[in-house]
Amino acid sequence: MADFAWLIPLLPFIGFLINGLLGKSLPKILVAVIGTGAMVASFLLATLIFFSIPQGETIHLNIHLFDFIQAGTIYIPFDFLIDPLSILMILIITGIGSLIHLYSAGYMKEDEGFYKFFAYLNLFVFFMLLLVLGSNYIIMFIGWEGVGLCSYLLIGFWFKNQDYNNAAKKAFIMNRIGDLGFLMGVFFIFGTFGTFTFDEVFSKASLVTEFNQPIFITICLLLFVGATGKSAQIPLFTWLPDAMAGPTPVSALIHAATMVTAGIYMIARSNILFVLAPTALTVIAIVGVATALFAATIGLAQNDIKKVLAYSTVSQLGYMFLALGVGAFSSALFHVMTHAFFKALLFLGAGSVIHAMHHEQDIRRMGGLAKKLPITHLTFLIGTLAIAGLPGLSGFFSKDEILAKAFETNIIYWVLGVIGAILTAFYMFRVYFLTFHGSFRGTHDQAHHLHESPLTMTLPLIVLAVLSIVGGYFNLAPIFGGNAGLEHFLSPVFAAGQAKIHHTNHLSHSTEYLIMAVSVVAVILSIGLAYFTYISKKSVPVEDGDEINGLHKLVYNKYYVDELYDKVFVQPIMYLSTSIYKFVDIVVIDGLVNSIGKGIYALSGILRQLQSGSIGIYVLMMVLGLISILAFNLIP
Amino acid sequence: MDILSLLVFAPLLAIFFILILPHNQSNFYKNITLVSTSIQFLLSLIVINRFDFSYPKIQLVEKFDWITINMQSLGYLSIDYYLGVDGLNLALVVLSTFIFMIGVVASWNVKENAKAYFCLYLLLTASVIGCFLALDLFLFFLFFEFMLLPMYFLIGMWGGPRREYAAIKFFLYTLAGSIFILIAMIGLSISAIEPLETAEQMNLTGETSADLIANVQNQLQLQKIPKKALVHTLDILQLSDKSNYIKGTWLSWDNETVLWGLSARAIVFLLLLIGFLVKVPSFPVHTWLPDAHVEASTPISVILASLLLKTGSYGLLRVAYTILPDQAIEFGWLVATLGVISIIYAAYNALAMNDLKKMIAYSSISHMGFVVLGIAAATAESISGAVFQMVSHGIISAALFLLVGVVYDRTHNRNIDSYRGLASKMPIYTTLTVITFFASLGLPGFSGFIGEVLILLGAFAAHSHNGIISSWFAVGATFGILLSAAYYLWTLQRMFFGKFWVKNGSLWSKKLTDLTFQERIILFPLVFLMILFGLFPHLILNIVSPTCALLADFIINR
Repeated sequence: MADFAWLIPLLPFIGFLINGLLGKSLPKILVAVIGTGAMVASFLLATLIFFSIPQGETIHLNIHLFDFIQAGTIYIPFDFLIDPLSILMILIITGIGSLIHLYSAGYMKEDEGFYKFFAYLNLFVFFMLLLVLGSNYIIMFIGWEGVGLCSYLLIGFWFKNQDYNNAAKKAFIMNRIGDLGFLMGVFFIFGTFGTFTFDEVFSKASLVTEFNQPIFITICLLLFVGATGKSAQIPLFTWLPDAMAGPTPVSALIHAATMVTAGIYMIARSNILFVLAPTALTVIAIVGVATALFAATIGLAQNDIKKVLAYSTVSQLGYMFLALGVGAFSSALFHVMTHAFFKALLFLGAGSVIHAMHHEQDIRRMGGLAKKLPITHLTFLIGTLAIAGLPGLSGFFSKDEILAKAFETNIIYWVLGVIGAILTAFYMFRVYFLTFHGSFRGTHDQAHHLHESPLTMTLPLIVLAVLSIVGGYFNLAPIFGGNAGLEHFLSPVFAAGQAKIHHTNHLSHSTEYLIMAVSVVAVILSIGLAYFTYISKKSVPVEDGDEINGLHKLVYNKYYVDELYDKVFVQPIMYLSTSIYKFVDIVVIDGLVNSIGKGIYALSGILRQLQSGSIGIYVLMMVLGLISILAFNLIP
Repeated sequence: MDILSLLVFAPLLAIFFILILPHNQSNFYKNITLVSTSIQFLLSLIVINRFDFSYPKIQLVEKFDWITINMQSLGYLSIDYYLGVDGLNLALVVLSTFIFMIGVVASWNVKENAKAYFCLYLLLTASVIGCFLALDLFLFFLFFEFMLLPMYFLIGMWGGPRREYAAIKFFLYTLAGSIFILIAMIGLSISAIEPLETAEQMNLTGETSADLIANVQNQLQLQKIPKKALVHTLDILQLSDKSNYIKGTWLSWDNETVLWGLSARAIVFLLLLIGFLVKVPSFPVHTWLPDAHVEASTPISVILASLLLKTGSYGLLRVAYTILPDQAIEFGWLVATLGVISIIYAAYNALAMNDLKKMIAYSSISHMGFVVLGIAAATAESISGAVFQMVSHGIISAALFLLVGVVYDRTHNRNIDSYRGLASKMPIYTTLTVITFFASLGLPGFSGFIGEVLILLGAFAAHSHNGIISSWFAVGATFGILLSAAYYLWTLQRMFFGKFWVKNGSLWSKKLTDLTFQERIILFPLVFLMILFGLFPHLILNIVSPTCALLADFIINR
């Protein structure tokens, strides 16, 4: 069965070709059927492959498609690698992708670029699948840059708005900074191992016994630079909130569920290299937890419903990096999966709200929508509870696993992680209360048109809500009586790396219960505070023009990071480019070239005097000549 | 006349037809030119068909004695008519015939002085292809120089407002470069011999020609050959053989004379380097290119960017690196430095441009910098990458200049800030521009990526392969990739996205229609090829890489 895995990316690609080339003349319904159909077919195929793995066995299959590049000592085959990690990723991508395609059919119904939207979306899924299926770093890089391209096209989908174009450009360029790091890392890998193929690199690396060799730290930190770009970590995170300019399904699929987790996938894939560089892992953990906390504080003060979700994505990705940093690779992927469920749900729910509110995204203009949008309200609540980490829901299990692993490594990580969780619960419930409860604060016109979304949009919400509830049980820890199914499934991928990690202090069950209780109590208190603020006291965030005090202002303006980058990087580069052109190119080089020309011209002007044909000058010259000859002869 | 000669000289026949046609038949000129270039294209495909991909050396050789000069006491100078193909030039020859075909279609609307235009155009095809095929340095130089003549007139007569300045600048700049090549050539002509012809002069015979060559070379080292019998040569392959150099001459390998701290071979290498870098062009001898592009008409810009620049980088490989591999290693750092500076410096300049064509001209310099870096690193991967990049840039830059031509034809204005939101008015044009820009900024899936990644990898690994350059050059060059994303995306945003707006309101907005049929039939194939070679690079690499690996080996083992 797995031999047919090459069809999984091919189907969306065919969908892209049909919709991209012919979509303009096709009816919208057909466009939607082709786009969504290709995704569903891929998903079914992925499921079949998953279930074709015999019970208790694992899979590790290399599918050779064709020879891609062959020059000198470089040999790069176009191969796919089917193993538990790639199967998990393709299930998430095609599964969530199918739901979001279906949702888009309703959400984008009125848009004139409908066919283009589906074509781009299919193309994105194609590249994303290439990224996770590639069996070497170069194929991965093709997918890696390809998803960046689609992200660019989709963020700037409504290209008539220059702010959106700015956001698209910023996303692509920031990603490219990361990509350069990734590319350099890949070069170092090639320099060290002489190959790009995962299997060969990792088997050679697993023979290495010495930890923290400089070359491994270099490779891992460079790869991590790539990950910070794609997965929006400090310092390359500012593109993600801006990327919310794209249509909401895009935010759900690309900027929450799939593309932004590519960095986590890449590090998990290369886990053996990172295990050999504990210093790099420490850097990842610190950056991860710092991002988790930093983004969460910004989320507290944002008023755009999608911006809040965006910062929460940045923050949740930070948790995943924290997990990677403490060597809990399967916990990171567990959170990738549950986060894909509840964050896609939250974004689609937000999309449903925005759809009903006629493209209003400001939570200060909403309120009391629970009655008008019952399905959206209920599913959004489930998503909010899941991300807050209420016991029993998917987010609880995955986040708690990460916090427990963090506790094992360093208690400071755990403390910061719990603070982040408290903030998360608060800002998510802030959004929930302000949107769905209280009194309606929008215009009369909006109130009149409020309506629940069509079935194509609510159905994905319901499916995702169910997954957000049960998602945790796919990897239920032994402490809850589960068998850690996902961890077990993924263990062959991480076996070599885990063998090198020395687990010193395993937590006792009582400690584990205790730290769990602490975070649950803290989260519930935080929800209570949100309830007190936004329901009991009915407070609404202040309007844009109003005075706000120091700290609030700092957070509201996202710590002025964008302004800082503009002053430190963008403006100097622009200044440099103009001055290089105006000074070096025009004045120095061309000035030199032109003055050589002018010099020769001037010189010939002087020499020409000798040939002027004027008798007077010839006579003068002759006289001068005679005088000088005489003069020379007279001097002894 | 064999196929390669036919490939070079077929256009002369077409010129003859155009010349005898009376003026009132001027519509036929372009048709004849199109037929001629199409025939050349087909011939080049036949060459591919006859080419043995597994044999890395020169094939389909055509070689005749052409000029033999008796230099009395100095012996003879024998100049050959010598054509042949291998991995270095075959792909470039096919690229040339293809682009010349595209160029004719792009010239379809040339009315003014059409007879002269198409005659010069055909002359240009002959000299560019001749330059790629010639294997005797003299013949190569002849074609290399002859290109200037049609190009000078094509820019100077059918160009923009400042065309005369641009044409003369182009002419003098490249001519100055060529003088350096000429000096190098004179030096080479008195330093090495052709062993077989020398044997003939000495009335030597041998069992096989290999024996004979060994015998002559042996005697040459022992200085037993009388000076009168020496047959000097400019055959590039003979010049690359160390044992063909006459002991005690300036350019012999063991000459220890030093001038300003440089050996004579080093000086010759530097002369060739300057000469070819002017044509590439590389920092700091690049300033003719933006001016020439801005003033040249669209088809001529296409030929200039796509093909003429490649003769420079090709010359570097074929002449400088093949004849002076020892110096190539010695000065690798210099070549690489110029390459990296070109990449970054030109990218910065591109960022500052408001004239779209000038922006693309600078991006051309930046992308040719990668070729220079690839050549400098001189590993099998980086040279393959450099040749691949030449072909890829040939395709992409042709499309880029054609795309600029589209707006210029309609409004006679190329300023980026004169347009906004073209996407809503010209969707197909915008789509093709977006694709081409992304291809040029090196997005995987397009040919630009393959060339750049091979070059960077090769340059990165060079220090462990041959030790010519350090990995830091590759690291520096990657910043060029970042800057190229910046200037292309910024241009897209300013010109194509946003609400539709043009400087001259309703007048222009009527003129700005989407691509015509003629524009489509030349742009679609180019876009197709960018993607084809991006997905299946082995189509080119199979031709290129065996020869490049051989050259890299030759340089290391000099």
